[in-house]
This record gives sequence, C-alpha cells and structure tokens, in this order.
Amino acid sequence: MNLTLKIWRQKNAQDAGKIVDYSLTGVSPDMSFLEMLDVLNQQLIDKGEEPIAFDHDCREGICGTCSLYINGRAHGPDTKITACQLHMRSFKDGDTIYIEPWRAKAFPVIKDLIVDRTSFDRIQQAGGFISVNTSGNTQDANAIPIKKENADKAFDAATCIGCGACVASCKNSSAMLFVSAKVSQFALLPQGQVEATDRVLNMVKQMDEEGFGNCTNTGACEVECPKGISLENIARMNREYLKASLKA
Amino acid sequence: MSVFDAKTPDGPLAEKWTNHKNKINLVNPANKRLIDVIIVGTGLAGGSAAATLAELGYNVKAFCFQDSPRRAHSIAAQGGINAAKNYQGDGDSTYRLFYDTVKGGDYRSREENVYRLAEVSTNIIDQCVAQGVPFAREYGGLLDNRSFGGVLVSRTFYAKGQTGQQLLLGAYAAMNRQIARGKIKMYTRHEMLDVVIVDGKARGIIARNLVTGEIERHSAHAVVLGTGGYGNAFYLSTYAMGSNVTAAWKAHKRGAYFANPCYTQIHPTCIPVSGDHQSKLTLMSESLRNDGRIWVPKHKEDVQAIREGRLKPTQIPEENRDYYLERRYPAFGNLVPRDVASRAAKERCDAGYGVNQTGEAVYLDFAAAIERYGKEQAHVKGLDENNKELVQQLGKEVVSNKYGNLFQMYEKIVDQNPYETPMMIYPAVHYTMGGLWCDYNLMTTVPGLYAIGEANFSDHGANRLGASALMQGLADGYFVLPYTIGDYLADDIRTGPISTESPEFEAAEKNVRDQIDRLINSNGNKSVDHFHKRLGKIMWNKCGMSRNAEDLASAITEIRELREEFWKDVKVPGTATEYNEELAKAGRVADFLELGELFAKDALERNESCGGHFREEYQTPEGEALRDKKYQYVSAWEYVGDPSKAKHHKEQLEYHNIEVKERSYK
Ligand SMILES: Cc1cc2nc3c(=O)[nH]c(=O)nc-3n(C[C@H](O)[C@H](O)[C@H](O)COP(=O)(O)OP(=O)(O)OC[C@H]3O[C@@H](n4cnc5c(N)ncnc54)[C@H](O)[C@@H]3O)c2cc1C
Ligand code: SF4
Ligand code: FES
Repeated sequence: MNLTLKIWRQKNAQDAGKIVDYSLTGVSPDMSFLEMLDVLNQQLIDKGEEPIAFDHDCREGICGTCSLYINGRAHGPDTKITACQLHMRSFKDGDTIYIEPWRAKAFPVIKDLIVDRTSFDRIQQAGGFISVNTSGNTQDANAIPIKKENADKAFDAATCIGCGACVASCKNSSAMLFVSAKVSQFALLPQGQVEATDRVLNMVKQMDEEGFGNCTNTGACEVECPKGISLENIARMNREYLKASLKA
Repeated sequence: MSVFDAKTPDGPLAEKWTNHKNKINLVNPANKRLIDVIIVGTGLAGGSAAATLAELGYNVKAFCFQDSPRRAHSIAAQGGINAAKNYQGDGDSTYRLFYDTVKGGDYRSREENVYRLAEVSTNIIDQCVAQGVPFAREYGGLLDNRSFGGVLVSRTFYAKGQTGQQLLLGAYAAMNRQIARGKIKMYTRHEMLDVVIVDGKARGIIARNLVTGEIERHSAHAVVLGTGGYGNAFYLSTYAMGSNVTAAWKAHKRGAYFANPCYTQIHPTCIPVSGDHQSKLTLMSESLRNDGRIWVPKHKEDVQAIREGRLKPTQIPEENRDYYLERRYPAFGNLVPRDVASRAAKERCDAGYGVNQTGEAVYLDFAAAIERYGKEQAHVKGLDENNKELVQQLGKEVVSNKYGNLFQMYEKIVDQNPYETPMMIYPAVHYTMGGLWCDYNLMTTVPGLYAIGEANFSDHGANRLGASALMQGLADGYFVLPYTIGDYLADDIRTGPISTESPEFEAAEKNVRDQIDRLINSNGNKSVDHFHKRLGKIMWNKCGMSRNAEDLASAITEIRELREEFWKDVKVPGTATEYNEELAKAGRVADFLELGELFAKDALERNESCGGHFREEYQTPEGEALRDKKYQYVSAWEYVGDPSKAKHHKEQLEYHNIEVKERSYK
C-alpha cells in the first residue's frame, strides 16, 4: 500500500521542530509499524538525508522504549499494544499517518520522536523499592504465603513497562497511572507494608516536582495503556496516600 | 600459563564454594568507600551486581545504552527461572540441577561453576520474593512451578510470560534504592567503546554519550561487563535491536580471551520469518512446550494442500499427523532440550514437511491441552464434562491464564488466533553460550576485568537449558561477583582514585575517536543495515543450525571480504556530535564483522558435534550430535591483531562428579 506520512522532525531539544511530509510506497500489511519506518529511513539514507530518530529496542512490547504518538493516539490505533507491536494491516492504502513524539513538560524532546523519560526513573528512585539487602540472608521464599488473588493483582500492576503512554494521553500530563502501578504492586504484598507510608508520600512528591500534572479522572490513560493497567490502581494509591497523610 | 588458570578451588565439589568464600580476601566496609567499580550493563547480571556492590559500600558507576536501566534486554525473558527448591517434592536437589545443566550443556561446561550455580539458585528465589517480585502462586498461597526442556522435574519459577520483566524490575528497584543513596551513579544512553588498561589492569572505560556524542573517560579500580550476548551477529534473532558484542569485543581486543564463540543457541519456538522487511524475530516461550504439541503432517499431499490454502491444520485427523518429537524422543517428548528440538524441526522442514509458504514452519498445537484442562475444570466445578462448548471455554480460560500474553503477542504479529488454530513456529537465534572467558572468580584474562551474565561463557557449555540464563545472571550479580571481586580489590585499598589523565586513557580515547571519524567520513554508498543483513545471511546459512567444514571455510573468507567492503563503502549520515543511531549501529556492526570471522574459525576448529554446535560430518546414524572426547575443552581465543590470527588456547574440562555419557533424551 501507499502512504503519506506526516512526521515530527526536531533537530535537538533547542530546535522548534515541525511536521515534515513523506510519501512511502509498497508497504506490506505484514510489516510492523517500526519496520515501515525502517523502510522510510533506508530510503532517506540512500538519498543522503538524515533518518528519523525514534526510540525502540525489544520490538515485542515489553521494554517500553518505543513511544510514538500515531494519529493522535499513544501507540496508535490498536488497543493494548505498543507501537512496535502495531502492524501495517491496521492501516489501508492511501492513508495519511501523523507520527509525533510524546508531548509533556516532564518528557522533553531529545530529537525527532525521541523524548527524555528520566523523570520516571527519578520517581522510582524516590521509593519504588523494598529496602531489603541483596545479601542472600532472607527467609525462605515460601515462608510467607500470599493469597493468589493478591499475588495476581500485584503482578498485573507490576506489568507496567514504563513507556509513558499514560502521560502522553492525558490532557493534564499526569503520571498517576504509572506511579500508582508501582505503589499498588507493593501495597498488595506483605513485603511492601513496612515502608508503605514513606513510599507513597515520596513518590507522589517526586512526581509533582517533575512537573507532571494533576489527575482529573478522565481515564484516558487506562484506555491507551498498552498493558491494561487499571484505574483501580489509582484509586488504591489515593487510599494509600490518604492513609499515609493521616499518619504523617 | 598463569593468566589462563581457572582458579577452581580444591576440596569436595559440594564444599568448594563455601571453602572458597572462607578463604578469599575481604575488603572492610570503611575501605570499600575508597574503591570505585564500573559496571557496564544493567540487565539481570549487571543490575544485580551494581545494586549489591553499592549496598556493600563500593562506589559504583553503571552504564547502559538504553534510556533507563529497566529496559535492558533481560526484560524480554518470558518463561521462567530455575531453582533447586524442590517445592514440588519431585526429587529435585542441588545435585540434580547441576547434573541436568552439565548434561544439557553436552559436557562442555566447567563442573565447579555449574555446581556453584545450582547451589546459589535457591537464594535467588528467596531474594526476589523479599524484593516483592510477584511470582505465580497456587491457591494455597505458595509458589507455583512449571517444567522446562531437558529435565524431568518442575523447578521453574515464573511470572506468567513476563518472568524476565519481573526479575529485572526487582534488580532495577534494588538499583534505585542505591541510586537514591548516592552509591550508584547511573549513566543511561551511554555506550562503552573501549576498556582502558593501566599497568596491566583494567582501570576504566571510554564511553560515548549517545545524546550529545561526547566521548567520556571514566576510571575505576575494576571494570565489570554484564553486556549480554552477541546473537545479533545473525541480524535476525530474538534479541533486542541494540544488543551487541561491542563491549565484549573491545575487551577481547585489549587482551580478554573469547571462549567458544561458535556456541549459539537456536531456539525451536519462534515466529517464522514473514518477509524481507523483517527486523527481528519473536520468541514464543519454551514454557509453551509444557502444553503445546509439536507436529507436521505425515503426508506430503497434506503439506501441499496446506501451503496452497486448500486445507486447514485443524482438518487433518490425528492419524495423519507426525508428532515427531514424541515419536523420536518418547521419554522427553515435546520437552527435549532446545538444540534437539530445533534440529528436529529443521530435519522435518528440510525433508519437505514445512507448513508455511517458505516451507520453514511447524505446528505448535494447544487443542489437546485446551480439552484436557477444560475437562478437568468441568470436573472440579461439577459441570458437564461432555459439553464440548463448555469444555472448550473452560480450557481456553486455563490456557489464557498461563500463556495469555504470549498468545496475544502471536496473534498481533501473525494475525491468527492460536486458541483456534495451531501456532506456526520455526527455530531462531536466541542466546550465545560463548563469551568472554573467565575464571572461577568471573575474572577475564585481564586482571580487574570481570564478565558476568550472558557476556561470559561459563555455565552452559554447548547448550543452555531453558530458564537457566536468568538464574545465571542473578547468581553472578547477587551472589558470586560481590564475594569474588573483593579478593582482587583487597589489594587496592591504598591505591586512591585512578586518574583519567594518564597516557593510557589518552590513547584509548584517541582509538575511539579515530574509529568514529573513519565511520562518519567514509562517504560510502551502502547503509549499515545493508552490511548487517548480508553478514546475517552468511552466519545463518553457513554457521547456523548445522555446519560443515566447507561452508565454514567459505564463511571465513566471505566475512573477511564483507568487512573490507564495509570499511570502504559504508555510509553513515549525520555528525558525531549529536544523537546519531546510524553511527552507533555502524560501530556495532563493525565489531560483529570481526566476531563473525572468529565464530566461524572456532566452529571449524571443533571437529565434533556438541549441543548447539552441530557439524554435519559428525553425527550418529540417527542424526544425533556425535561428541568427541578429544574436544572436551574450552576454546579460548587470544586476539593478536586480526581475527584470522587469533591464538587458540585450551582449557581442558574434567568431570569428577558426573559420568560423561552419551546425551540421550529417548
Ligand atoms: C525473548 C527472550 C526470552 C528469554 N527467556 C528466558 C527465560 O525465560 N529464562 C531464561 O533463563 N532466560 C531467558 N532468556 C535469556 C536471558 O533473557 C538472557 O540471557 C539474559 O537476560 C541476559 O542478561 P544479561 O544481564 O547478561 O544481559 P542483558 O539483559 O542483555 O543486558 C545487557 C546490558 O548491557 C548493556 N550494554 C550492552 N552493550 C553495551 C555497551 N557497549 N555500552 C553500554 N552498555 C551496554 C545494555 O544496555 C544492557 O543494560 C530469554 C532471552 C530472550 C531473547
Ligand atoms: S501505566 Fe501503562 S501507559 Fe503508563 S507507563 Fe505503565 S504501561 Fe505505559
Ligand atoms: S520497542 Fe520494546 S516495547 Fe516497543
């Protein structure tokens, strides 16, 4: 199929950036979206132009690196998948496709479609861990049985890949879904109880400092999250936060 | 030769590690503060090492090329992690895990290392649970297990199809705790491009900031490489796009021996290639072989009809299907080790039974499992076991609970629903058992330079068993290196900070700049990918699932020629002082083009078949790998100016605690 691509080009963080048009022919429906961009880049290189910079690594939906805003949706038109899992069969001949980076104050653009998401790492550093030493002197793994239901819910929350689609989809650029996923994982497990108060307070504080917006319950994040992280996690975090604030 | 001593401790096998720990030098906590350690790589190996060394008090600088340590390739591991916990009471033990691993590796791994791995495996699970890793559990609240290929017990711990993700996020969290304490300084989007050796010791690295293009010098008292495997030499593989050999290869060029480069794992269950545009291959976890049955049609007419779209696999009756693994290996059936399963698939496809257009695919079928689970559930719930629809529905629920994300992944890529029709799979490059040679302390032949995780060669011999790479990465990083590195660093408590102003740093930086200049200014006509794809084709066709002397010899020549052409005709757009992925890729491909040659040379030297290394000249009448006692050694190659001149060293392997037998899974 033949496509018109409208792609955000921005030389570096200082550059103003603009949409540039490209046309691409002979795209196969079996190609992944990123393979389609590979083909375009190959043509640009052959013509002596600079290829489009975009982030990617695993290309199977698990590393959270790819971050494309496609036709106004984070990770594109299909649901519950990342941009790298999107295939061209989701488009049709003659389509025009807009490709832009995540847009949020806390995710500045590095180049073209690549943004800086280190703010996410700093939130995790503020409390996204359990303070056990990695010494090998812990108790037997089966010493604390955990209800399957809680273990499963903790797992579901823990499957967040840190891609940032929730932030990109939110009109307030809120990171609540991302932060609540980590807070929930530990809130659901006995191991996480000891530091629960500090964890939620510190992580939320860092989130605010990084310039993410407030949550106004629009639910856009849940819709676009490739891993189906549920809004329930935000509710759980709000309860944790309230509990912690009362204690503190 | 003194540099080439495996330093395995004396004493009975089961006591070696404990004795060794009791005897090695320690660094006291106050002195650890005076010591810097560089860790390149933040996967399971590097991440766990960084967290642990920082916790012990060392000053750690960690590097990765991704934008966050959480994105290392370990994140993609699906199926699980082994540990000899014997929670299932099915007769597992440290010895049995050791035995399975040595046998699985076709008696080409170092006995002492493997035993230690089995020994610390149980700690890993305890550690990870304490960190809040949400492993799968049973209804009683205890941890669940599954089986993997090549073993007869259930010792694999898992978190659905995302075990690597959960374990890596555990290590990442442990790192974050140390980053917050200021004990780890994290350098993301940085690529290491050389090791710096001062007075014969590894004292630092040269790294490129991938965002600004700046070349940076970093010094430390020791350097640890946890930089993963080199399977992307094949271009198409299940690795992440950025996985590379550069760090290990630069270390090799600075004196670290490279061991068994030809030992590559070709994983039997991956989604087949769909066309020329293909940039990577996707694994379907081995755990699927717990429930999936592998088959091809018995009759060529059916194969033909399927390829022409006249027949559906579900229409082929049982008696016309060839469950070739169950037929050939009744004891292990669909759970034979990977090398065996891959070759068997190739054998059927080469014989003309492949079920897709290209003739390179076999079926992995869940219909039987869905029915079995469905009946079981109906029974448990007191429902009608003869109600077909109900049984189907209940069965699919169970299968979805176990493998849901894998099924979804498959459907998104292939556009077919694996609950309704069998998956199509074919072998793909997946893991490299070879890597930097290291001794029992995980130190390479360069003093102060360590290799951990997939980057080293130590534990898997000629074939790795499923769920053992995660185990090894975490064993190295959490429980082995933190002890053994102290033995070396104990001599460095009075050294003081290492200067980056020395002539050695100067020279290494110049070396890096020269290569970058050459690439940027080469003004050729062909893209980096063009060369990478061609290299991949040579590797797959001549150094892949089966190899012979003639092909290997021609691969060596072809790769050398391709390398020369690359340096004359590669085109790298942009500049060196900005974010430039093509430039980064060019450097990686340049190194693959050197490694590829050594790879073929190593495969040619090994006149036997063992594990993943299958030489057509050496097979039993039934087509199984034919090992040769003469080759019971590790090949460790020393760099002397060019891959073709690499000097061959041998570490003889001895087995005192396990009988070296024919490896049979019948
Ligand atoms: C799809 C898939 C599924 C798998 N499933 C399983 C499984 O179920 N069970 C199992 O046991 N094993 C599995 N494996 C194998 C296992 O995941 C890997 O062997 C293991 O995770 C490797 O870990 P590592 O820490 O050694 O390296 P990696 O996780 O590959 O990490 C390498 C690190 O090095 C960094 N790096 C590399 N080069 C440089 C450089 N030049 N400069 C700076 N940084 C650099 C990277 O940024 C990264 O942080 C699987 C592998 C794949 C591909
Ligand atoms: S919550 Fe979902 S959208 Fe947000 S970072 Fe995690 S996986 Fe991505
Ligand atoms: S590239 Fe890893 S999730 Fe898309």
